[in-house]
Amino acid sequence: MNPNWKKIAREHLAVLRLPPEREIEIVEELALHLEAAYDEVLTEGLSETEAEARTVQTYDWRLLECELSRAEQPLAARALQPSLELIERKGGMRMESFIHDLRFGVRMLVKNPGFTWIAVLTLALGIGANTAIFSVVNTVLLRPLPYKDAEQLLAVWEVQTKSNQSLFSPAEFLDYQTQNQSFTDLAAYRFMPFTLTGQGEPKQVDGMIVSANFFSLLGVPAERGRILQMDDGRAGATRVAVISHDFWQQQFGSDPNAVGKALTLNGEPVTLIGVMRRGFQDPSQSERQIWLNPRNVVPDWSFNSPVDVLSIRETAFLRVIARLKPNVTLQQAQTDVDAIAARLQQQYPRPAGHGARVVSLHEQTVGTVRPTLLILLGAVSLVLLIACANVTSLMLSRATERYKEMAIRSALGASRWRIVRQLLLESLLLAFLGGVVGLIFGYWSLQLIVAWGVSEIPRLSEMRLDYRVFIFTLVVSVLTGLVFGLAPTLGAVKPDLTSALKEGSRGATDGRNRLRQTLVIAEVALALVVLIGAGLLLSSFSRLLAVKPGFNPQHLLTMRIGLNSQQYSKSADKKRFVRELNARLETIPGVESVGIGDDLPIAGTDSSTTLKVQDQPATSADALVSVGLHVISPHYFDALGTRLLKGRFFTERDGPDAPSVFIINETLAHRVWPNEDPLGKRIRYNNADPWGEVVGVVEDVKFDGLHLASTPHLFEPYQQNAWSFLVVTIRSPLDQNTLLAAVQREVKTLDPNLPVSSVRMMEDVVAQSLATRRFVLLLFGLFAGLALLLATVGIYGVLTASVSQRTRELGIRMALGATARDVGRLIVRQGLKLVLSGIVIGVVSALALQRVIGKLLFGISPTDPLTFTVIAFLLIGVALLACWIPARRATKVDPLTALRSE
Amino acid sequence: MEALAMLDKEVKRGSTEMLILALVEDRARHGYEIAKLIEQRSDGVLQFHVASLYPLLYRMEKRGLIKGTWIEKTGQRRRRFYKLMPAGKKVLNEQRQTWSDFFTALDRVAKINPA
Repeated sequence: MNPNWKKIAREHLAVLRLPPEREIEIVEELALHLEAAYDEVLTEGLSETEAEARTVQTYDWRLLECELSRAEQPLAARALQPSLELIERKGGMRMESFIHDLRFGVRMLVKNPGFTWIAVLTLALGIGANTAIFSVVNTVLLRPLPYKDAEQLLAVWEVQTKSNQSLFSPAEFLDYQTQNQSFTDLAAYRFMPFTLTGQGEPKQVDGMIVSANFFSLLGVPAERGRILQMDDGRAGATRVAVISHDFWQQQFGSDPNAVGKALTLNGEPVTLIGVMRRGFQDPSQSERQIWLNPRNVVPDWSFNSPVDVLSIRETAFLRVIARLKPNVTLQQAQTDVDAIAARLQQQYPRPAGHGARVVSLHEQTVGTVRPTLLILLGAVSLVLLIACANVTSLMLSRATERYKEMAIRSALGASRWRIVRQLLLESLLLAFLGGVVGLIFGYWSLQLIVAWGVSEIPRLSEMRLDYRVFIFTLVVSVLTGLVFGLAPTLGAVKPDLTSALKEGSRGATDGRNRLRQTLVIAEVALALVVLIGAGLLLSSFSRLLAVKPGFNPQHLLTMRIGLNSQQYSKSADKKRFVRELNARLETIPGVESVGIGDDLPIAGTDSSTTLKVQDQPATSADALVSVGLHVISPHYFDALGTRLLKGRFFTERDGPDAPSVFIINETLAHRVWPNEDPLGKRIRYNNADPWGEVVGVVEDVKFDGLHLASTPHLFEPYQQNAWSFLVVTIRSPLDQNTLLAAVQREVKTLDPNLPVSSVRMMEDVVAQSLATRRFVLLLFGLFAGLALLLATVGIYGVLTASVSQRTRELGIRMALGATARDVGRLIVRQGLKLVLSGIVIGVVSALALQRVIGKLLFGISPTDPLTFTVIAFLLIGVALLACWIPARRATKVDPLTALRSE
Repeated sequence: MEALAMLDKEVKRGSTEMLILALVEDRARHGYEIAKLIEQRSDGVLQFHVASLYPLLYRMEKRGLIKGTWIEKTGQRRRRFYKLMPAGKKVLNEQRQTWSDFFTALDRVAKINPA
C-alpha cells in the first residue's frame, strides 16, 4: 500500500494558501516526485514504513515552503490573509468569490424571511405595475402599426373652425387626390352598416365602403382570395366584398371555398372576393366586418344612392388616409395640402379657418391616449420610487443591525469594495426576486387591463409581452436594486470596529436615521403627487357626470335600423316606412314617446354641412357656419327629453310637400343671431334647395360627448329629407327585453327582412362614452391606493424603528416624570413633522406637474385648491394612524426595563 | 570568508539554472528526471536540495525560460514535462559564454583547464 503522497504534500503546502487551482497542480507534481523517490528507496531493500519515513525526512519541507512562497507570491503578508481575499487582489472579481458572495447573500435572505418577503412583495408591486403599464405603452405607442411601412401612412382631415378632424366630400377628395405632390396615393372610406339576409335571421353588419386602393395603400394582403384592385373602383363596377376573418368563421363556418360565393347585403348579391387575416384592423380601429368597393371611384353616400357621387361637394362623409412618397416629410405634405386648400378656398368659399391637415396614422390612432398612457406610466414610476424608498429604509435598518458584521469583516481584511459588493449583491438579488414576482404580477394585471380596456384603448387587442417588456423589467429591476442597494452601503464602507463593538447596535445609526427620515419625507411627497392626480381625475369624472347632456338618458331604449336595401331606394319609401313605424311603436302599451332620427346623442355625429343664411353675402366667411346635420321625426325631442327654448317642435304637418322648416340648437342661435330672434329666419345648406324657415330653438344636446363644448346643430324633419340610417329612441318605463320584443314584432310586421341592431339603453351609451375615463380613473386610483399604502408602511416602519432605538431615552423621560401621553405625543410629533415636510414638497411638486395632468381633466383646474386640501388632510389622517401604533408602543415603555436594557 | 560563501551560493544557483536549461535542451524532461540527471552527471558533486528544484522550475517557467506541460503517456500517470523555450535558449547560450569566459580567465591566471 503506497502512502498517499498527495495528501502529505497538500498538508505541507496548506500554510501557503495558494490559489486552489495552482495548489492542485503543485501537489500533483510533488506527489509524483515523492512517489518516484519512495520507489527508489524501496529498491534498496527497506521496508515500506522505513522507505516512507526516509522519503519524507530527506525532503526539506521548510525549504520548499520558503522557496515556493517566493516563487509563487511576492507578497510576504499574504499568508495572514483569507485566501479568497487574496484571489480578489490578484485577479479582481473571480467567479468563485462571486458565487461565495451570492451564496452568502441567499443565506442572509433566507435567514430573514420576514424582511425578504416584505421587500420582495413591495418591489414586486412596484415593478409589476410598471411592467403592466409599460406593456400597454409598448404595444400601443411604441410598436409600429401592423401595416406595410406604417411610418409612411397618414390620416388626412379637413379643418374647420371648431374641428380639426372633419370629413371630406367626394369632390374635395378627388381634388386632393389629383393635385397633391406628396402622396403615392390617397384612399377614402365611409362607415356603413349593411343588412345581411339569406343566412338565417336578418342581421346588421358594420362595414365600410372603401376606395379600391384601400388595402393596397395599407399594404396588407388577403389571407384568402384577393384584396380590392383598381378595376373594382371603375364606374359601374359590380359590388364585391372583402370580409374579416371572424365574419368568415361565423357566416361561412370557415369554409375554405367561401371565396367566390355571394352574400346578400341590403337585398343585393355581393360576391365575396377575399378574407382578411385574423386580427386585421383597418385604420378606424373599429370592429368592421365587411369592406365593399365603391361603384364609382369614391365611396358612395349610401348603398343605393345615384352614381353621380363624384360631384358632391356640399356634404362631407369621407375619411381619408394617404401614403407619403419616399423622402417626403410630414411637414412637406402639410405645406402641399395647405396650398391645395388655399386654391380650393378661392374656387369654393368655405367658412373661415377652413383647410386640411395631415397627421401620421400612428398619431391618429394612438395620439389621443398617448398623454393618458404616459401619465399612467409616470404614476406607476412614482409608485415604484415609493416602493424603492421603503425597501431602502428596510435595508438601512438592517444595515444598522449588520453594522457589527461589516465591522468584523472589515477588520478581518475585507476591502471596502468587497463589503459594498456584498451589500449590492444582496440588493440586486432582492431586486431580481422582486422583478420575477413583479413580472408575474404584471402579467396578471395585464390580463385585467386588456379585459377591461380593450374597447377603450386602441390597439390593446394586439397586446402581447415581447422582448422589450422583459428588457424593461430587467432594467427597472437592476436600477431599483442599485438605487436601494447603494444607500445602505454609504455608511458601511467605513465601519469602525471599535465603536461598533463598544456601542452595541447603535453604531452609525444617526446618519442612517436621518437618511430614513428623508426617505419618509420623499415617500409622502411622491404619494401626495399620485394622490392629487387621482383626486383631480375623480373630481373631473364627477363633474362630467354632472354635465347636462341636453336629454334624459333614463328609461330610454335606443336601436339602429338601416333602410339600405333596394326596396327603400326611393325617398318616398323611406318616409312611408318611418311614418308607419313611428305610428306602430307609439301604440305599444307603456311607450311614452318615440323619436326617430339619424344620430344617437353622445355617440358622435357623422354628417356635417355648411349653413347659409338668406340675405347674408355667401362669400363672407362669417356668414358660413359648419353645423352638424340631423333629420328627425316630430316627437324626437319629446322622446329624448330635450327642452324647447323657443318656437315649436316639428309636427306631422311638416311633411314632404309642406314648406321647408328647421330647428336649431342654442349654440347655433347664439352664433348666427347673437342679438336677434332666430325664429322666422331663412336658411339652407344645399344651394339647390329652397330657403327654409327656423321654427324652433332647443337646448344643446351633447352629440359628440359630454366633455366637449356644444357645437352648432341643425335639425330638419325626416319627412323633408329621408336618410337610410335610422336611430330609434323609445321612452318607456318598460323592462328592456319586453319592450325590445314588442318593437321587433312591429318592425317584422312592416318588413320581415329588416334587422334591428345596436340595441342599448341610453344610460349605457352615456356610461360607455365615459369608459376610457373610468378606466384611467380606476388605474390611477389603484396606483394612488398603492402609493398611500406604501407610504403609510414607510412612516410606520421608521417610527417603529425610532421608538425601539429610543427606548432608553423614553425610559429616562418617563423616569423623570413624563406621562405616557407626553411620550405618545413626542412620537406622533416626530412622525407629523416628517409627513408635513413631505406634504409641502409634494404640493410644490404637484403644482410643478400641473400641466402634465391638465390634459386629462375636465372642468377642474389642475391646481384645484379643494382637491389639494382634501388630499393633504387625507394623507395626514392616514399618517396619524401610522404614527399612532408606534406611539402607543412608546407609551408602554417601562422605565425600569428600558434603563436596564443596555 | 563570508564573501566566498556568497559567491559559492550564487555560483551554485546560477549553475543549477544553467544545468536545468542544458538538460531540457535536447528534449522535454520531468522534474524527477531532472533531479536524477543532475545528481548522476555531476557524480554527486553538484548535489542540491531537491526541495528547491520545483520552486526553481516554477520561477524559470514564470520568466518564460522553460514551459511545463502535463503529458500523459499510455499506461502511465500524467507527468509534467518541461521543455526549453526560445528565451531559455538565449539565457543558456549567454551563461555558457559567461562560464566559458570565466574558465578561460581562470585557466589563464591559475592554469586550470576545465577540459
